[in-house]
Amino acid sequence: MIDRQFIGHTMPAFEVLVEKGRLKFFAKATGQTDPVYTDEAAARAAGHPALPVPPTFLFCLEMESPDPAAIRNLLGMDYRKLLHGEQGFTFHRMAYAGDVLRFEQRIEDIYDKKGGALEFVLRKTRVSNQRGEHVADLRAVTVLRHGPSA
Amino acid sequence: MTLPSFDALQVGDAIPALELPPVSRLTLALYCGASGDHNPIHVDTDFARIAGLPDVIAHGMLSMGWLARLLTNWVPQTAIRDYSVRFAAMTQVHEKITCTGQVTEKFEVDGERRVRLSLTTTNAEGQVKLTGDAVVALA
Repeated sequence: MIDRQFIGHTMPAFEVLVEKGRLKFFAKATGQTDPVYTDEAAARAAGHPALPVPPTFLFCLEMESPDPAAIRNLLGMDYRKLLHGEQGFTFHRMAYAGDVLRFEQRIEDIYDKKGGALEFVLRKTRVSNQRGEHVADLRAVTVLRHGPSA
Repeated sequence: MTLPSFDALQVGDAIPALELPPVSRLTLALYCGASGDHNPIHVDTDFARIAGLPDVIAHGMLSMGWLARLLTNWVPQTAIRDYSVRFAAMTQVHEKITCTGQVTEKFEVDGERRVRLSLTTTNAEGQVKLTGDAVVALA
């Protein structure tokens, strides 16, 4: 069982630069055909100051943490038994290439189902930009599967 | 891009679907690099077989990225207030995925008119892979 004392635990904040090239690469990988996400002139014509960060790329930036395994290790979770169960985003303002985004992660809840066969970790992450403006809140549910099938 | 009309939309209306080409190994390799998720289960068949799978599986967040494209094909990204998914089933390499969305609610928050959409990705046989929910602000 994951120690419930970690409910409410906050991780050290970290900052990530949004790289323009990475945004273009992400657009290619997701089959994005809208030039707003790859062509700076098109982005500006649509009213953006630079290439916009697409909705789910904030999750990728969160994975740029100095130690992406920090929460897993803190909670003692075997990565081979982990599943990404749910992911959510609440958006407050846009983020753009060149921004430096700050990520503050908190272990919001730990609970179990099926008599403890499945454990769930809810992580919430507040994202703000270099001006201290609130960009988004991320919610991730990680599932830890106990038992022989894992 | 002009916003769809709040008044003209009805609960039950579908937004234009997004059909993806079959999931290729190249797509998974590109997403591996672009996303920074280097879990070998998505790109290394040997690893996937040792893990008990018939072949590599797509990243759940790649499907969530496709569903985000469904939304931004319909409205500018600035209109998206909230977006969440549940990963219901694994998407296998070669599967052909379709993203769909349907209006489930019309409401107003602080004078802003919004619609809630239910979202799904399904394979060619109609098996649901992701279910989700988005809230979009409309004029």
